[in-house]
Amino acid sequence: MHYTVCKELNSVILSVSSQINFVCLISRQGKVRLTKWYSTYSQKERSKAIRELSGVILSRGPKLCNFVDWKGHKVVYKRYASLYFCICIDEEDNELEALEVIHHFVEILDRYFGSVCELDLIFNFHKAYYILDELLIAGELQESSKRTIAKLISAQDNLVEVAKEEASSLSNIIAQATK
Amino acid sequence: MNPFSSGTRLRDMIRAIRACKTAAEERAVVRKECAAIRAAINENDQDYRHRNLAKLMFIHMLGYPTHFGQMECLKLIASPGFPEKRIGYLGLMLLLDERQEVLMLVTNSVKQDLNHTNQYIVGLALCALGNICSAEMARDLAPEVERLLQFRDPNIRKKAALCSIRIIKKVPDLAENFINPVAALLKEKHHGVLITGVQLCTDLCKVSPEALEYFRKKCTDGLVRTLRDLVNSPYAPEYDIAGITDPFLHIRLLKLLRVLGRGDADASDSMNDILAQVATKTESNKNAGNAILYECVETIMSIEDNGGLRVLAINILGRFLSNRDNNIRYVALNMLMRAITVDAQAVQRHRATILECVKDSDASIRKRALELVYLLVNESNVKPLTKELVDYLEVSDQDFKGDLTAKVCSIIEKFSPEKSWYIDQMLKVLTEAGNFVKDEVWHALVVVISNASDLHGYTVRALFRALQTTAEQESLVRVAVWCIGEYGDLLVSNAGMLNVEDPITVTESDAVDIVESAIKRHASDLTTKSMALIALLKLSSRFPSCSGRIKDIVVQHKGSLVLELQQRSLEFNSIIEKHQNIRSALVERMPVLDEATFGGRRASSLPNTVSTSSGTAVKLPNGVAKPSAAPLVDLLDLSDDVPAPSSSGGDFLQDLLGVNLPPATQSEGTNQTPKAGTDVLLDLLSIGSTPAQDNNLSTPDILSSGQDNKPIIASLDLLAAPSNMMDLLDGLGPAPPKPAENGPAYPSIVAFESSSLRLTFNFSKQPGNPQTTMISGSFTNLSSNLFTDFVFQAAVPKFLQLHLDPASGNSLPASGNGTITQSLKVTNSQHGKKPLVMRLRIAYKVDGKDVLEEGQINNFPRDL
Repeated sequence: MHYTVCKELNSVILSVSSQINFVCLISRQGKVRLTKWYSTYSQKERSKAIRELSGVILSRGPKLCNFVDWKGHKVVYKRYASLYFCICIDEEDNELEALEVIHHFVEILDRYFGSVCELDLIFNFHKAYYILDELLIAGELQESSKRTIAKLISAQDNLVEVAKEEASSLSNIIAQATK
Repeated sequence: MNPFSSGTRLRDMIRAIRACKTAAEERAVVRKECAAIRAAINENDQDYRHRNLAKLMFIHMLGYPTHFGQMECLKLIASPGFPEKRIGYLGLMLLLDERQEVLMLVTNSVKQDLNHTNQYIVGLALCALGNICSAEMARDLAPEVERLLQFRDPNIRKKAALCSIRIIKKVPDLAENFINPVAALLKEKHHGVLITGVQLCTDLCKVSPEALEYFRKKCTDGLVRTLRDLVNSPYAPEYDIAGITDPFLHIRLLKLLRVLGRGDADASDSMNDILAQVATKTESNKNAGNAILYECVETIMSIEDNGGLRVLAINILGRFLSNRDNNIRYVALNMLMRAITVDAQAVQRHRATILECVKDSDASIRKRALELVYLLVNESNVKPLTKELVDYLEVSDQDFKGDLTAKVCSIIEKFSPEKSWYIDQMLKVLTEAGNFVKDEVWHALVVVISNASDLHGYTVRALFRALQTTAEQESLVRVAVWCIGEYGDLLVSNAGMLNVEDPITVTESDAVDIVESAIKRHASDLTTKSMALIALLKLSSRFPSCSGRIKDIVVQHKGSLVLELQQRSLEFNSIIEKHQNIRSALVERMPVLDEATFGGRRASSLPNTVSTSSGTAVKLPNGVAKPSAAPLVDLLDLSDDVPAPSSSGGDFLQDLLGVNLPPATQSEGTNQTPKAGTDVLLDLLSIGSTPAQDNNLSTPDILSSGQDNKPIIASLDLLAAPSNMMDLLDGLGPAPPKPAENGPAYPSIVAFESSSLRLTFNFSKQPGNPQTTMISGSFTNLSSNLFTDFVFQAAVPKFLQLHLDPASGNSLPASGNGTITQSLKVTNSQHGKKPLVMRLRIAYKVDGKDVLEEGQINNFPRDL
């Protein structure tokens, strides 16, 4: 079901179509490890959503299905070790595919960090975000090849390394010159 | 140099925070870090800017305010180096959202980056734009993004494609610019580009009918070919998941084919073969394969009818339903709910399995299954289905009982074939889950009982028996107490015995006992206690031998701290003591409650009137009602959260019962006039005390002291003539709605009405085009405040197409001093088969505060 909107005098038809509304990683203790919002939520709504969802999801038993209904949306979650990966999708979206997206993300993280664990994601949270940004944009899947994503991330990491080296050699030169 | 500016490293800060044992400690560490970062910001420190921003992001994730860092993101984005830009864009996406004005400041930097020579910087800008751009930015930067759709590197093309999705969602009138570049993307080989291109194409089709028409003509065959190549492709390690090459691409292609095939027989025809191939050849032992099958089934169900394919699809769902994996069963239930509009028979075949799912241990599955069962009920299967559900009520989880009870009650009311069955089932529900039964449901039951004169004896005996076994269910107690009060004589005399009944011996004192226990029960609330008091008064007249005992019980409440009980206790005591001569007339059996009136009053808050009611065509005064029987799955989820207009029906009954609750619990009547009417009645029955309205009556306080007997007798004459009472009642029903004017073929309706807003629809049709209805909506502000930023949104199920024209304005003057008008065009592809339905959402601001109203319109004229 799509809402049609007409705003003011511009003839605007906006159809809120299916997409990922947000992604979040919650630890077994209910700590947030990553959140990415693709639909507009105020800061208040964000913390409320996380609070409610961690309440529901963390209390679900292990053998149950990986979906919970939440405010007209569906949240697909999967537990990997101590972390719950959650994706909020729309009513008409494919839940099974959302599970594959989660697994895809986990495999890429795993490949990047070398058997990823929660601590990796805590201390290198920005890296996890960079990877997610290569996987999803605007709540849509961007790339189905893990290898391509790995390549893109390492190319960008290299750019950062090169810049760092340049900066340090520059400061060495300055230090030498001012000695 | 500022001593703070170097600060700690990111890693050290995270460690320090993790080492905190209490929340207070954590706050202290964060406060210190934030102070250092603020100081660095004030110093305009450049060296550690990116590190500070990284720290802020971590702090933000912990839930602390970080708005002071927003400008730092912009500075980093504006700096030349890649590392700074990378962290800057990340911060922008994390710390800001599209509503912040700061975002506008970044437009220029983003524009430059979109034209940067370094493709990774272009990628960063595209990603940020795709995730958080506002409508204004979308307009400003759309030409850049459009150009990047043809960029040499495929990784930029795919990012630009997704970014375009955001842009057309924000500004749909930009859609046509993207049609041509997207057609090129659909021919790509690179999977990333193809996936994103297909996705963009799907979204374009959703916002623009022209795009849909274009792609349907030009691209359907190509997309079918792409899907065929993909399905038949040899092993490709890079994209392989569980033996399937790129399930993500599979799913997106199927989704796009669905959009193209829906409502177009030719397009549907051209994809039949490949859909059949996907449905039969896809491995279903892994999640990825099932995801594809699931999508394929949905596509088959949505495109134009092909009998063979549908059978295939329903079979897949049947297999899913019997799968042991909970996920698969969940999606099967979901899908069956959508399939029910297409092929109800096929879904009915799985009824037994679905019913088992209602009893599953998994709450998500239970909920879905219950919704599905609700849709499956019809006249022929209502009895066995209800029996199963009622039996399950007994053992179900506490937190599921509420949902289950509501659905069971709704099924019983909607489909009950005869009154005795209805009463039997309701009694079972009351016994098992009376605490979950909503007030309007047991009110309806009382009305039905009151009308079923041949079942009075049977019902009161059954209730007596039920109450003996369990007194824990509040609404059971209420209904039982009411019936014992009204029909206590039948209980004792065993009159009107049915064949199915076991004889039961109840003495007069047993009947009084059970009412007494209800009034003394600790858990009983005011309503129950009040009802019990009235029942006792009635019994005192029906069983004169118990009169003395009843008086003692009544007197006990004369010291009650609850004013209502205290007053009643005094009044009733005086009736029993001093007015024996009029008592029997005073507490005569209540006149039969008029079902039509009650049903009509109730219809505004409940989906279905009791089926046993005479079925007067009740037009809702307010179109916002819970969804009716229409099997529109999408609409159903609304039923739980519609702010139902307060149950005026309940009020009515409460007044009749004379239960006058304190204002806090009294539901707000929407119909003022009828209410005043019932007040008169209630005062005549002398069982309520609403001092404020007593002046309506010429004989005030007839009961309070009884010093003057004449007026009492006078008013009791009225009581003795129940037919007069009925006339009074008859006058209460909502007047049958008269079409406003006979000029147009369709009467206008009040589509939505709340305390502050009214929306009326006028209909017209163009000759020769019966499927399309032109609706002109007009909004009136009923409140005394100006509404600004007024936006009206509407949603329709898939068989309808909706087009909204711009509104005549966006501010609505107070108190009806002006209207906003807006035209809608609805095309009903199932014209003549299904009526129009629409959900609406109206947003506006009052004094700068956002207000959102939602509702559903079910009262469209049937033949639109």
